[in-house]
Amino acid sequence: MEDIKKRIKYNKSWNYFFLIIGLLSTFVGLFLLAVLFIDLIMDGHSRLTYKFLTSFPSRFPEKAGILSAWVGSFLVLLVTALSAIPIGVAAGIYLEEYAKKNWLTDIIEINIANLAGVPSIVYGLLALGLFVYFFKFGESILTGGLTLALLILPMVIMATRESIRAIPNSIREASYALGATKWQTVQWHIFPYSLGGILTGIIIGLSRAIGETAPIITVGALTFIAFLPSSPITSAFPFISFEWLFDPFTVMPIQMFNWVSRPQKEFQINAAAAGIILMLMTLIMNGIAIHIRYKFRKKIKW
Amino acid sequence: MFKKSTLGLIVLMIMSITFTLPAIAVGKIVEIDGSSTVYPILEAVAEEFQKAKKGAIKVTVGISGTGGGFKKFCRGEIDISNASRPISKKEIDACKERKIEYIELPVAYDGLAVVVNPKNTWVTSLTIADLKKMWEPAAAGTIKTWNQIRPEWPNAPLKLFGPGADSGTFDYFTEAVVGKAKSSRGDFTASEDDNVLVQGVIQDKNALGYMGLAYYEENKGKLKLVPIDGGKGPIFPSEKTVMDGTYSPLSRPLFIYVNKDSAVKKPEVKEFVEFFLKNAPILTKQAKYIPLPKTAYQLAQERFTKLKTGSMFIGEEKIGMKIEDLLKLEQKSK
Repeated sequence: MEDIKKRIKYNKSWNYFFLIIGLLSTFVGLFLLAVLFIDLIMDGHSRLTYKFLTSFPSRFPEKAGILSAWVGSFLVLLVTALSAIPIGVAAGIYLEEYAKKNWLTDIIEINIANLAGVPSIVYGLLALGLFVYFFKFGESILTGGLTLALLILPMVIMATRESIRAIPNSIREASYALGATKWQTVQWHIFPYSLGGILTGIIIGLSRAIGETAPIITVGALTFIAFLPSSPITSAFPFISFEWLFDPFTVMPIQMFNWVSRPQKEFQINAAAAGIILMLMTLIMNGIAIHIRYKFRKKIKW
Repeated sequence: MFKKSTLGLIVLMIMSITFTLPAIAVGKIVEIDGSSTVYPILEAVAEEFQKAKKGAIKVTVGISGTGGGFKKFCRGEIDISNASRPISKKEIDACKERKIEYIELPVAYDGLAVVVNPKNTWVTSLTIADLKKMWEPAAAGTIKTWNQIRPEWPNAPLKLFGPGADSGTFDYFTEAVVGKAKSSRGDFTASEDDNVLVQGVIQDKNALGYMGLAYYEENKGKLKLVPIDGGKGPIFPSEKTVMDGTYSPLSRPLFIYVNKDSAVKKPEVKEFVEFFLKNAPILTKQAKYIPLPKTAYQLAQERFTKLKTGSMFIGEEKIGMKIEDLLKLEQKSK
């Protein structure tokens, strides 16, 4: 009896021990993020005005703004999302549901896992050769977006596969038992049920993409741009224009990098303010993803 | 769950994106790239120029570095390349190969500041020979303490900070000090961001670093400026000593290189360069650099009007060039 009591006590103390370790680990991340964010706010709060968001860069720190940078980041990310999501999700579904398990699939799998670890500058160099020179897309928003799409593609594929794998096989079997084809099973069951996990992967990918500098500089993003890309909506037929895809651009991290490396202190304050905006952009994106995921999860009834 | 119409819409959007043909002409645009040192000047000019033209002409400026800028320039991708050193032999050949002709225009002067930590009491001045001892490739791994430079200095570790190898500042300093561009020891803390160098020197009593003069000016009090003895006694860098040429050899001219084809065929490029030269005295000063004398800008304007191509620096001593020398060179090449 004593022995058992002792053992229970011992196991419980280990339980508490892990609780504390886990809690501390959680706080390390949160604490560092909080310190970083507070530091940014302390440095940059004085520049966080509406004018900062609606002004172009300038040699006078107090007049400079991030209009071209955040519009550029937004449009580049739009291209990235529109190209990486359909391709990545389709590839993930194919590999998980359709592909036969043979050596070829194994090679593809290993390669995708490896691609996720390739340094981003390598993607930049690849994109410079492929998109800028071979396809002649020029140093444009399209090139920037596609480059980042390449970068996050492995992440989207992996996330898709992981979340599809989590769906119990009984769901598939039930669907087939009712005479559904593979596509019908994917369309009505596999895809909707895995959407939560897929969205998480996409958002992690996009959040990484928004902060990337190296590949974007390689494919020719600029620093000083005091005009916006052409408008996607035109007054003449067909009312939609894709000319903006071929316009030169800059993005938030490049604008920040430039300001950080300037001698004047006022520019460092601008960089901090731009950092806050960049972080808010990421937070908003994550918030939207969590919201969508929550809505979809609620609908699933197994 | 996932409506077919939305799926169709996405497919349609992707297809329309893929099938839109590259429409490269984006109106009138002046494309500039190159040195991040010269960037603040171009930023100032581009800002004012676009304001003056009320947005009718667009200007873009990148920061690929002097070397990266010339690479693009000699492929004919940009109209103007800005450089913190004259074009190199290799780059001249690359341009020749692609039949790219260029007009070389000096636009401002910059001093390189050598700084140490304020707690460093022993260094009162440095000669070029001292600097060479510290920075030459042979110093790597062997010159580790201050007393190896001069015996009367303490036996304290020598911590060096300098710009990275892609920077024109690095090219110029190594050429001026060691005698050959890019020839430097590799075991020092390198950063493309001069503020990192500033922080490094501020935090280490035994540190020494070099950077653009503007970075010292912004951090006065936190850094100790070292006067440089180029043979005529120690001289501090300042607007005056850089301008009158006494701060030698660590002051350097900054340039823009204009593609001749662009200058001839694109009126907006011509307008931009003329606007630049006319407003350079004020704008370079606002960008924290030292303007050239008025006559130098006039000579540059003449050069540009006559579309005089090629570099003035072929076969000339590039290091320690005073503004008068530069003017003479310009006169000569008229």
